[in-house]
Amino acid sequence: MSTTVIILFLSIVMLTLFITWWAAKRTTNAGEFYTAGGGLTGWQNGLAIAGDYLSAASFLGIAGMIALFGFDGFFYSIGFLIAYLVVMFLVAEPLRNLGKYTLADMINSRFDAKKVRAAAALSTITIVIFYMIAQLVGAGALIQLLFGIDYWIAVLIVGVMMTVYVLFGGMTATSWVQIVKAVLLMIGTVVIAFLVFAKFDFSIGNMFSEVKNATSYGESFLQPGLKYKVPLDTISLMLALVLGTAGLPHILMRFFTVKDAKTARSSVVTATWIVGIFYILTIFLGFGAAAFVGHDAVIAANPAGNMAAPLLAEALGGDFLMSFVSAVAFATILAVVAGLVLTGASAFAHDIYGQIIKKGKATEKQQMKAARQASLWVSVFSILLALFAQTMNVAFLVSLAFCVAASANLPVILYTIYWKKFNTSGAMTAMILGLVSALVLVAVSPNVLSPEAGAAIFVGEPLFPLTNPAIISVPLGFLGGWLGTVLSKERDARRFAEVSVRANTGYRGE
Amino acid sequence: MKVGSVYTEKRTAGKGREQAVPERLGGTDFTGVAEGPKFKALMSRKKKFIVPLTVFFLAFYFMLPILTSYTNVLEQPAIGDISWAWLYATAQFIMTWVLCIVYVKKFHKFDSEAEDIVETELKGDHRP
Repeated sequence: MSTTVIILFLSIVMLTLFITWWAAKRTTNAGEFYTAGGGLTGWQNGLAIAGDYLSAASFLGIAGMIALFGFDGFFYSIGFLIAYLVVMFLVAEPLRNLGKYTLADMINSRFDAKKVRAAAALSTITIVIFYMIAQLVGAGALIQLLFGIDYWIAVLIVGVMMTVYVLFGGMTATSWVQIVKAVLLMIGTVVIAFLVFAKFDFSIGNMFSEVKNATSYGESFLQPGLKYKVPLDTISLMLALVLGTAGLPHILMRFFTVKDAKTARSSVVTATWIVGIFYILTIFLGFGAAAFVGHDAVIAANPAGNMAAPLLAEALGGDFLMSFVSAVAFATILAVVAGLVLTGASAFAHDIYGQIIKKGKATEKQQMKAARQASLWVSVFSILLALFAQTMNVAFLVSLAFCVAASANLPVILYTIYWKKFNTSGAMTAMILGLVSALVLVAVSPNVLSPEAGAAIFVGEPLFPLTNPAIISVPLGFLGGWLGTVLSKERDARRFAEVSVRANTGYRGE
Repeated sequence: MKVGSVYTEKRTAGKGREQAVPERLGGTDFTGVAEGPKFKALMSRKKKFIVPLTVFFLAFYFMLPILTSYTNVLEQPAIGDISWAWLYATAQFIMTWVLCIVYVKKFHKFDSEAEDIVETELKGDHRP
């Protein structure tokens, strides 16, 4: 562990703790805690969305996958970006106009039934847990590699940091940690991409030719098909990626931090530019790692390729650049897990405790106490899960989280905003069918069951052939919502009129 | 335009700090507004914009994995060693940014229509 790493690492810790201290003074009520008082500008929220979204899986994972599999690694980048069009065109503005703190708030603008809120909270918690385990296990492994400390200490450091941010600074601290992280991540990525491009004489053509010759795959490295050989599996994954983002509760929650639909719109624009530029640069990171670090060295450091970006930084800029990239990766993880803790806590404290148990009558003091306790418990629970999951291959959990979001949340969100007949039983069947089908199909997929020992969590013959179930579970979510609705006689045209007018005008009563 | 600016002023006056969204807005005649000509016109304009473009970008998006999985057409070289697959992928990025800009331009116009509906049909004396 070099001195540079320690200094950069501590700078990030100090800076984020300072942000938290500053945010803590403002975080005095539930509105501040969950939405930073709705006072963020479009720019700030756009950066924070990018900071919330670009996880270690994006920064380290995609760079590694492109380094190892060429074009097929880039599929993720495309899906993760186009997803923002779904968010922008179909979800962002109505969501902002209808919701208050959580996704369940938005869905319950149409339904009074407590069970609908409970189901929405359940799917939020499920997604948060999957996403969180993937991030924490990844973080533990990464920090262990970068700093040479034990896995459990690494998980504990990240866990304590995220708890502190959320517990004391709520959404304000979380947002600013995400903003700082987005800026650092972009600086790091642009610098590495620039150095890579310089090595290829600033010629895209050169870059492609040299990378082709640098890998043992030759020509096929630049072609699709190196990683994804089952057509339906590829399409299923792409479906989960493009529709999942618009159902991810920690991303959707970010839209409640701005004052109106117009600002929500400008936040998506900012986020889309940043996220898009970032994903374009992943090509440079991946190709750079393939050419200047080499396939075997990337695999040797981490079989999944997660060390490609830090190793590339070392090859290009020596110890300092590697230290900087490691610190950026650390900040990246912190920003994402903080957003997840806050989202999980909101589902427990606001949806389940505040709205279902207290029937919306909890006092400000009770709400704050519940929010803080829930943050603490969500953190502790996640840390424990991550400690037990160390040896599991959890990389698939992120795409599973996207799949659950696309199957259980997106159908209900779209029906709530756009379908007049949609009703309580439709909402229930959509969420339950989407959630259960995604979970069950993954539980019997090659991710969990593999005849080869060590390749998956259990040894056995997979009952479902695809690694990502979205192509089945997303249609099931939509079908469930439709069937549940038409089979029940319940209709509330007046309520739909209210939701529709409010979603499209932003009117909230004067 | 005057109507719109008054509305914006009122909105930003609170600096957006903690604007509570009421659970239900009891007294407002939402059905009347929803079935009124202004709102219907706004909705139909939005639909005409959103539906075709959403179908287009999803189709354009899924064509990539479909073409790469079932055919080899995108594996032909386009410029030097760069195949059509990379150009197609890059086109998706450009499409995303272009559609973002188009959306903002279009919805900017819808904003004033929505503000007009709030001013003339939803606020104060228009309640039953």
